[in-house]
Amino acid sequence: MSWVLGNLDVIGGHAGAHLLQALPAIVLAFVLALPVAKLAGRLGVLRGGISTAAALMYAIPSLPLFIVLPIVLGTSIRSMVNVIVALTLYGLALMVPAAIDAFRSVDGDVLRAATAQGYGPVARFWAVELPLAGPVLLAGLRVVVVSTVSLVTVGGVLGVPSLGMLFVDGFQRGITAEILAGIVLTAAIALALDGLLVLAGRALMPWASAGKAPAEPSPAGAPDPAAAAAGGAA
Amino acid sequence: MIRFESVQKRYPGGTVAVEDFSCTIPSHTATVLVGSSGSGKTTLLRMINRMVDPSAGRVLIDDQDVATTDKVALRRSIGYVMQASGLLPHRTVQDNVATVPMLTGTPKREARAAALDLLETVGLDRGLATRYPSQLSGGQQQRVGVARALASDPNILLMDEPFGAVDPIVRGELQTELLRLQSELGKTIVFVTHDIDEAFLIGDQVVILRPGGEVAQAGTAEEILAAPADDFVERFIGADRGRRALRLEERDGTRIVVDGTGRAAGVLQAAEGDPAVPDGPAKDRA
Repeated sequence: MSWVLGNLDVIGGHAGAHLLQALPAIVLAFVLALPVAKLAGRLGVLRGGISTAAALMYAIPSLPLFIVLPIVLGTSIRSMVNVIVALTLYGLALMVPAAIDAFRSVDGDVLRAATAQGYGPVARFWAVELPLAGPVLLAGLRVVVVSTVSLVTVGGVLGVPSLGMLFVDGFQRGITAEILAGIVLTAAIALALDGLLVLAGRALMPWASAGKAPAEPSPAGAPDPAAAAAGGAA
Repeated sequence: MIRFESVQKRYPGGTVAVEDFSCTIPSHTATVLVGSSGSGKTTLLRMINRMVDPSAGRVLIDDQDVATTDKVALRRSIGYVMQASGLLPHRTVQDNVATVPMLTGTPKREARAAALDLLETVGLDRGLATRYPSQLSGGQQQRVGVARALASDPNILLMDEPFGAVDPIVRGELQTELLRLQSELGKTIVFVTHDIDEAFLIGDQVVILRPGGEVAQAGTAEEILAAPADDFVERFIGADRGRRALRLEERDGTRIVVDGTGRAAGVLQAAEGDPAVPDGPAKDRA
C-alpha cells in the first residue's frame, strides 16, 4: 500500500496513457464498424461471411500483432499508434457483427413507413435507422469498451506506457501492491466507462426504457379515454 | 383525381403482382381496393406515392404522371397509414404526428402545436402527446397514424389495411371515426383491405380485385350487392353462401332476420314512424 501512495504520479501517468490509447481505439472501432455493417447488410448473402471474418480477427493473438504492426505501419515498436491500431482492429472484430445485428433489429415496417412519410435516404438513416439501431449498438459498444480497456495492458509488455506496465514492473521487482494496483485500476476504468455508456444510453434513448402499453381498454369497463375524447370532439 | 392507366408490375424473376390495371379514383371520395392476398392491392396503393414504380403503364394524379414528380416531395404531399401504424418508436406521439410538417420545414413549435390539435381531431386525449408509441394501445396507435397522415393537410390519404391488426370492437370504433372524419374533411381516400364488409362500409366506390390486380367488379356497395358480376364476386361477397340474401323468420315468437344458410343475422326493427313491422305480433303469441 505504501508503494501505491509513494508512486501516485507514476500510476496517474500510466492511467492517463491507458485512456489515451483505449478511447481513440473505441471511438474508431465504433465509427468504422457502422459503414462496414451497413455495407454488409446490403450485400445480403455475404453478410454472414463479413460477420465471421470480423469475429476471426479477434482470434489473432495480440502480442504477435503488436510486434507485426510496426513493421507494416513503419512506426516504432513503442509507439502508441501501434497499440491504437491493433485495438481498433480487435474493436472492429467485436463491433462489426454487433452493428450488423443492430441494423437487422430495426423493424422494416418502420423504415418503410418513414420512407412513405417522405424521408429521403440520408435523412432516414440519421433520423430513423441509426437511432433505432441504438440499443443493440450500445450493447455491442459496452463489450468493446471492456475488452479494449483490458487489452491495452498487453502493450505494457512491450514497454508502451499503460497500466499494464504496473503488472510487468511489479512482477519483475516483486511488488505485489504494484501488480494489484494495475489490475484494480484497469477494472475500475472499464467499469467506469461502461457505467458512463449506460447513463448516456438512458439520456439519449429514453424511448428504449419507456414502459409498455396498458392492456387494451375494455369497452365495457372503464371507458377508453380516446373514445371519450372522440365523443367530446364530435 | 387519381388515374391508373394499364398499370403492370412484374418483379425480376417473373412474378407478376399486377397484370393490367386501369381505374379512375374520383377526388374527395373514398375508394376501397379489396381482394385476398396476391391480388396486388397493396402494390397498387404503393404506386400512388411511388413506393413501387410500375413496370408498364402510368399513374396520374390530377393528370400529372407521378413518374415525373420528385419521390420525396410526392410522399410528403400524400398521407399514408399502414397496418402496424408504422409510428417511429423513438419519437413521442406529438413528434410522430409532426413528422411531415417538420420535414417540410415548419418550425418545431408550430408543428407541435398543430399536432396537439390533430390528436383531438382523431379522438385522442392531448395528455398522450408526450408518450411513446409503445405506451399506447393498438387502437390508439392507429389513431396517431391517422393524425400523422393528416398533419400536412394532404389531398390524398392512402390507407393500407389500417385497421387490420386491432380487435373487432376497436376496429368498429376506428371505422366509425374514419367515416366521421371523411364527412368533415372530404379527402381523396384510397383504402386497401381484404375485408369485404369493411370495404362496403368505408367505400363510396368499391373495387373487387382478382389475383394479379384484375378488376372483377367496381361500383358502389349497393350496385355490387344487387348485381354481382360473376361467380367470383358472389363468392367474395358471400352471396354464394346465402350471406347476402336475408329473409324474415319467426323463432320463439321473435321476428328474426336470417341469411340463406338459416343463420340468424339480426332482429327486425320498425323503421322510425313505421308501425308496420312492430314486434307486437310476437308478443301477442308469447
